[in-house]
Amino acid sequence: MATYTPSTPIQGLGRGGEPPVPPSGGGGDGGGNGGPNYGARLRRARLGLSCAIATVSMIFISLTSAYIVRQGLPTFDGASNTYVHDWGAVQLPWLLLGINTFLLLLSSLTMEGARRDITRQAALAPIKSIPGVSLGNERRFPWLWISAVLGFGFFAGQWMAWGELRRRGFYVDTNPSSSFVYLLTATHAVHLAGGMAALLWSVLAWRSRKPIEARRIMVDITAWYWHFMALLWLYVFALLGFAR
Amino acid sequence: MVAMENPHGHAPQGFIRKYIFSLDHKVIGIQYFFLALTAVWVGMFLSLLMRIHLLWPSAVIPLMGEIKPETYLSLLTMHGTIMVFFVLTTAPQGGFGNYFLPIQIGAPDMAFPVLNMLSFWTTFVAFIVMLAAFFVTGGAPLHGWTGYPPLSAVQSAGPGEGLGADLWVTSIAIFCIASLMGALNFITTTLDLRAKGMTLMRMPLTVWSWFITAILGLLAFGVLLSAGILLLMDRNIGTSFYVPLVVVNGQIMGHKGGSPLLWQHLFWFFGHPEVYIAILPGMGVASQVLSTFSRKPIFGYKAMVYAMLAIGFFGFMVWGHHMFMSGMSPYSAFTFSILTMCIGVPSAIKTFNWLGTMYKARIRFQTPMLYAIGFVSLFVSGGLSGPFLAQPVLDIQLHDTYFVVGHFHLIMGVAAIFGMFAATYYWFPKMFGRMMNETWGRIHFFLTLAGTYAIFMPMHYLGMAGGTRRYSDYREVKYLATLIPLHQFMTYAAIITIGAQFIFMINLFWSMFRGPKASDNPWEATTLEWTTATPPPHDNFAGVTPVVYHGPYEYGVPGAAKDYVMQTDPVGVSAH
Repeated sequence: MATYTPSTPIQGLGRGGEPPVPPSGGGGDGGGNGGPNYGARLRRARLGLSCAIATVSMIFISLTSAYIVRQGLPTFDGASNTYVHDWGAVQLPWLLLGINTFLLLLSSLTMEGARRDITRQAALAPIKSIPGVSLGNERRFPWLWISAVLGFGFFAGQWMAWGELRRRGFYVDTNPSSSFVYLLTATHAVHLAGGMAALLWSVLAWRSRKPIEARRIMVDITAWYWHFMALLWLYVFALLGFAR
Repeated sequence: MVAMENPHGHAPQGFIRKYIFSLDHKVIGIQYFFLALTAVWVGMFLSLLMRIHLLWPSAVIPLMGEIKPETYLSLLTMHGTIMVFFVLTTAPQGGFGNYFLPIQIGAPDMAFPVLNMLSFWTTFVAFIVMLAAFFVTGGAPLHGWTGYPPLSAVQSAGPGEGLGADLWVTSIAIFCIASLMGALNFITTTLDLRAKGMTLMRMPLTVWSWFITAILGLLAFGVLLSAGILLLMDRNIGTSFYVPLVVVNGQIMGHKGGSPLLWQHLFWFFGHPEVYIAILPGMGVASQVLSTFSRKPIFGYKAMVYAMLAIGFFGFMVWGHHMFMSGMSPYSAFTFSILTMCIGVPSAIKTFNWLGTMYKARIRFQTPMLYAIGFVSLFVSGGLSGPFLAQPVLDIQLHDTYFVVGHFHLIMGVAAIFGMFAATYYWFPKMFGRMMNETWGRIHFFLTLAGTYAIFMPMHYLGMAGGTRRYSDYREVKYLATLIPLHQFMTYAAIITIGAQFIFMINLFWSMFRGPKASDNPWEATTLEWTTATPPPHDNFAGVTPVVYHGPYEYGVPGAAKDYVMQTDPVGVSAH
């Protein structure tokens, strides 16, 4: 027979300690009588982003393990009747890739500028809404626009790098190392394209009538994802550079 | 019930928004359930064709004609793939998890409802793409559900290895994306949307199982996605990740230097956690049902949680035991063997605790309970053959025999499906507002239990006798021909067992419309889904957020008017 142990609700433990802020049943977020809790939504969005980052990391970890394994594999050479390594070093366009890296890192900085700018605006929004209170004419720096331009610059640069590779005679199926160069850069570009879509959405939202807190969540999540993409590119760049 | 006000939105009214592109986790859960139900009938039909072919290799099947050996390989490939991905992964997590995880933690919906809807429809697209492989030139692929290269990586390697195999890989890649979206949603919901008082150690074991399964999915499906992309490139762009220098039909292919073992490592790094992705939700449901129908708290709640975490952790460490035959270093094999044996410890803890829960209990032998007991039985029967296969020396003998087929069908296939049956009979009243027929439920249980043992236990003996899997015709080989009577027995058992599933289907659909009305808490259970209306309203708790005061399994409570205390009952009040 079980014994009944009277228990009390535990306050402040994990997310179970406080009442959750619900999405409007079955649909988007917020709404209803109580109004949206943007703090909770931001925390939830960041948690979801963390999970997405974990997944993308697993994709690149698995590609890295395939890269290292494939690099060490011998293949049978019929001409010499021996096993040889077919991993040939690819002549990468280092200068171009270096410029691309600079563009992406710069865009990460400008995204951080956008994130901090909108966080400040969201914090000041309640003060601004007080009748008669003015913070003066603030000059808006177009952080998001600049980030988007730099992001497109990175894409264009990567496309040019692919063109340069083809001019140097390295195609996807030329040898396993060139296959991985295309694979890793394309996989990174696909994921960055997701970030670019979110960035463009944030730019459009800037001009919409969405509440500043909602726009802040969008920019915040986009910025953190963008930083991760910049770090990921540094990793890919280092892998291609040092594990040739 | 003490509750807090919960601002909520209004239910969508239009048919499309309400039933097709719904954002409501309950509707999405039911959509997943019926998708998996469709898939399981497709998969079961394919298995029936295989069993008929093994018994009567020259039989002419209406609309299909005679099944050729390569068609037999296509059948087993598609059977395995559909069952693993679209049934065992889809129903327990996408179906029941979607429907009940938010309610059991006191949330009005999943954390990201739009992503939830996208996840379902992406899974649906993946299923359609998979089925399309049957209808293209060359038909479905024949490389088995494990898709080992070079067979799966060379288009000219067989009749189904052209467009059919491309569709197969594409479908799995799409499925991976859907599963990743779902896993992200489950983890965020569990961590961020629990009601007040619902601490981690007050969560029902079902929630723990869905949560851990989501973590496994988040880490495993990305790897399979990568592996699938490499396979698509080998197949279509001429790269050589997996394919060495090979000769097909007298022609030297353009590939060289790739390693089929690279695929095996990546695939099984996903593939072994996939076993737990399939079975963990079943463990959660079994725990939930055993406690409820034994009218006792689950024996060793914390041990059950830690055991599931340990199973999930070890699940990522043992992929090499699928590759003992690949010529791996004996030291690696030894390490994988020891780690595999380690999984037996948390598994034994769980089994012990399930038995402990039932020990000296006043058990209510209703259909959900029968299926939960059946789950434990199959988990033990299938699990016990695991340590045999974990020994590299024995695995050399048993690899690619029916012993392996019997093992994984019992532990991963049928045990997980018994978990789904337990879940269906247990939660049907909450989902559809009516009760299923108890008598037909019991008949269905006994026929299915006896049938599954009759099909899969002989496979172990068949394997020990050297019966190889994936052979379409046993007549040509003398020592295999002596095993045909065993195949006959299994085929008859399969026909009867599949026939018994019509009882379930009739009971399911009849009860959905004509079953007796269910009360809000027909099983006298304690968790949050039984505190709300049947079926639950759009926002789950009709505008309030429940507050939790108790653990999930307060049964057999002395001093209470009834023998249980709901999770939401205020402290010191014995409301039942």
